[in-house]
Amino acid sequence: MPWLKMDSQRQEVSQFKARLWWALLLIVLVFVGLISRLIYLQVIQHEHYVTQSDNNRQQLQALAPTRGLIYDTNGVLLAGNRASHSLTLVPERLIKGHKGIDSMLTELAEVVTIDQDDIKRFKRRLNQPRRPFSPVTLRFQLNPTEIAQITVNQHRLPGVRIVPELVRYYPMDDGFVHALGYVGRINDRELAKLDSVNYSATHHVGKLGVERFYENELHGTVGHQTVETNARGRVLQVLERFEPVPGKDITLFLNAQLQQAAVKLLEGKRGAIVAIDPSTGGVLAMASAPTYGANQFVTGISNANYQALRNSDDLPLFNRALRGRYPPASTVKPVIALAGMDTGLVPRNYSLWDPGYYQLTEGGRFYRDWKEGGHGRVDMHKSIVESVDTYYYAIAHLMGNDPMTKYLAKFGFGQVTIADQPEATKAVLPTKQWKRINRNASWFPGDSLNLGIGQGFLSATPTQIASMTMVLANKGQWHQVRMIKAINGQAVTKVSDIGRNDPKQPIDIKLKRNSDWDGVHNAMIDVMHGAKGTGRRSGANSSYKMAGKTGTAQVLGIKQDSTYDADKIAERFRDHGLYIGWAPVNNPKIAIAVIIENGGGGSSAAAPLARKLFDLYVLEPKPEVKSEDNVGGS
Amino acid sequence: MADFQRSAPDAKGHLRKGPGLWVKLRLDPFLLILIFAIMSFGLLVLYSGSGASDAAVQRQSIRYGVALLVVIFITQMNLRHVQRWIPLVYIAGLLLLLAVLFFGVGAKGAQRWLELPGLPRFQPSEMMKLAVPLMVSWYLGSRPRPPSLAHVFVAILLVAIPVLLIAKQPDLGTALLVGSSGVFVIFFAGLLWRYLIAAMVIGAAGMPLLWMGMREYQKQRVLTFLDPESDPLGAGWNIIQSKIAIGSGGINGKGWLQGTQSHLDFLPETHTDFIVAVLAEEFGLMGVCLLLALYFLVLLRGLVIAGSAAHPFDRMLAASLTLTFFVYVVVNIGMVSGLLPVVGVPLPMVSYGGTSAVTLMASLGLLMSIHARRPQRT
Repeated sequence: MPWLKMDSQRQEVSQFKARLWWALLLIVLVFVGLISRLIYLQVIQHEHYVTQSDNNRQQLQALAPTRGLIYDTNGVLLAGNRASHSLTLVPERLIKGHKGIDSMLTELAEVVTIDQDDIKRFKRRLNQPRRPFSPVTLRFQLNPTEIAQITVNQHRLPGVRIVPELVRYYPMDDGFVHALGYVGRINDRELAKLDSVNYSATHHVGKLGVERFYENELHGTVGHQTVETNARGRVLQVLERFEPVPGKDITLFLNAQLQQAAVKLLEGKRGAIVAIDPSTGGVLAMASAPTYGANQFVTGISNANYQALRNSDDLPLFNRALRGRYPPASTVKPVIALAGMDTGLVPRNYSLWDPGYYQLTEGGRFYRDWKEGGHGRVDMHKSIVESVDTYYYAIAHLMGNDPMTKYLAKFGFGQVTIADQPEATKAVLPTKQWKRINRNASWFPGDSLNLGIGQGFLSATPTQIASMTMVLANKGQWHQVRMIKAINGQAVTKVSDIGRNDPKQPIDIKLKRNSDWDGVHNAMIDVMHGAKGTGRRSGANSSYKMAGKTGTAQVLGIKQDSTYDADKIAERFRDHGLYIGWAPVNNPKIAIAVIIENGGGGSSAAAPLARKLFDLYVLEPKPEVKSEDNVGGS
Repeated sequence: MADFQRSAPDAKGHLRKGPGLWVKLRLDPFLLILIFAIMSFGLLVLYSGSGASDAAVQRQSIRYGVALLVVIFITQMNLRHVQRWIPLVYIAGLLLLLAVLFFGVGAKGAQRWLELPGLPRFQPSEMMKLAVPLMVSWYLGSRPRPPSLAHVFVAILLVAIPVLLIAKQPDLGTALLVGSSGVFVIFFAGLLWRYLIAAMVIGAAGMPLLWMGMREYQKQRVLTFLDPESDPLGAGWNIIQSKIAIGSGGINGKGWLQGTQSHLDFLPETHTDFIVAVLAEEFGLMGVCLLLALYFLVLLRGLVIAGSAAHPFDRMLAASLTLTFFVYVVVNIGMVSGLLPVVGVPLPMVSYGGTSAVTLMASLGLLMSIHARRPQRT
């Protein structure tokens, strides 16, 4: 029955064709579905995806401003910027994201040296709040070999980037840190306080000193750019750029050559030298010894090095010039003498017979002079020239606390006198009230005697003592003691010129009789040039005249050292040597304070140092500085 | 549609003119023109998607050339004579798949390639894309239709064994294509609707089982498909980025070579599986619709060929190959536009790649071959 077969075949064909129609229907429906989806994405949601696409490829990047430079008074660069390459990771771009960090660190360790310290600090930075896709620094200061190593291996190190940035560099490092301070990486605490927008691209902030005080001026204003990046974050093209405003350049009064000389003179010693230009109040030198290198703090000092600095008995991190509290000892005698004369409590022609000691009451305690047997008949002039303690015991007893502390305050004791060093302390000016609060005791006549020779409760920082010297040299005229000379070429006479708060500065001292200044000046000249002056050896053979006063501070309470090194203890019990002075006498260009811890007498330990600096500064007013100016390249 | 109803008078017309060049070559000019059109468009997009790489376009052109030779080779074969070799090819394919399972090489946790000494590296699973529909068509074509349940069961086994072997490599995309090509044959063999619906119900019920059998990365893909935002920089990255590329293209596109998504490396695999995102970004909705229209014409031609074929084997094979081509297009574009999970299915005649291009062209060659031996009244 072929027709039957034909029939079933025809039936099969028509059934097949029906299924083809079904298939066509399916195809049409699915294609309509696909096109609807595309219309949804490309027409309805178009705007949304355009935004996402722009966000994807366009990224707003903050641009760090270049930090302002710091120059010395002659234009020698003290703080510059140099290129530094950092090794960074972008965790989001690692193959396994944050989970891939550890394996990436191991891989990187094969290419460059990474120690445990680096990893520890990297992890800490990683845990700080950060924007997604921002690089986290693993190591700073890659050397060219390391940069090459990483670049060569870049293809198997996705998410690893070398980021160049300008970092602070101090061309003349050792010895300037206590004057300039330094910048370091921004830490959590600072991050909370800083303007997050302006610092969005900045990694360093002034930590100490001038760098810290003038942070706002030095930092500048952040810029930004819109860049096109690929998914790996590589910048392909800059679309729009707003240049950052670089920080302002600051010129200091600091004289690099004088500073270097001061540092050299202090080498191997513990102590401080502060030199001020009496005609301006500008700090010419501020040295504290021992010192340390600031550059290592910029990129992050290793823990071992930091502990070594921290634990050193000589306290190199301690800024003695600003924070060291020393008894000013005999260096305050000119001020005490002036106090006595100006208050009228001590007659100008007052004199006494010095037996080598002083007693408050007959048969009472002996207050000894430094010279056994005494100085004989002593008046004000001789008391300064020969630094007669007995004379000051006597006039201190005559005056009591109030007149002395009042005049000491006029010279800046008990206050921060320097305007732009945030670490400066005010030390102790022991008024009766101070003693009541701090010692819970009344002021005794014996306290006055100690105060009269600049000992006892009285303490002052080398900067304060130098300020006092400036005012003495200026016959009472104050200037704001400051580091800054000019900003962006504009002179700064007070920090309020640039919108900062001036420190509370004593008013200029007007004595009832101007001749009293001359009396004290003459005596201080004879300290240096008189036959019996305590500083005569340092004043000898000079082509100019100088005025000065030596001091020797007894080291009373010694902190018990944990090590019982007999030599060391003996050394630490030795007197501090002090010296103040200015030169030239008639037209003071430099007022100086020198303190040498445990250096022995001031005339031998401190005065010779000052003389060398006087010579350097007075005889060579425009010194040439050999500069190790290698800033800019790396 | 009128086309395949007019098949007989059409054939008459041919006869009157005498056999032309196309008939002698046994090529279908209609399909051929469509193929050239899609390939040209594809090369244009590939140039952009490969990052303006002349080398990639050159290599792909060579592959197309080889693929066209394969088409001519297949069309010259007499299907009737070749048919008897089909079970052998199928069994050889199965053995090779087993070999891949034990000796295969590959990357990213998948073992798909076979490196036999003296032969270039190849993927046996690609071969199964043709072997399975051929085998099932052969099996059901030589049995009464509509097929009995027993025959359907055997046919399902013929499909399931290679599919499972491929899925185990794992290569979900190819398994899907191979599986659907076999299932389409069964459908066009006239499987009763009630069985079909029953199979769908069972299939839906079997989903949880399938889930449990999946590899971790496969599960991850499904999960990511359901919620791409959950891992925007990890697994969801591809889908999110390709959606951004497509969406930001708009109606008219950003212009050739102007696609920011693809050129800035946000888009993954721009020249292979995700190439349609490049197309959508640069040529917009218009470009995608043009491509879809070309594909639609290919499918339509395939259905016409199936409808005009005389032998059940030819019919089933032609329809199955056409619909498999359709699956390629839908799965790829559905995946890239975020409608379907990410499975590795290339965009036919556009995606960069050798093996799949050759297999695809071979299937089109088979279609032409079927077309060439359609009934012609003498």
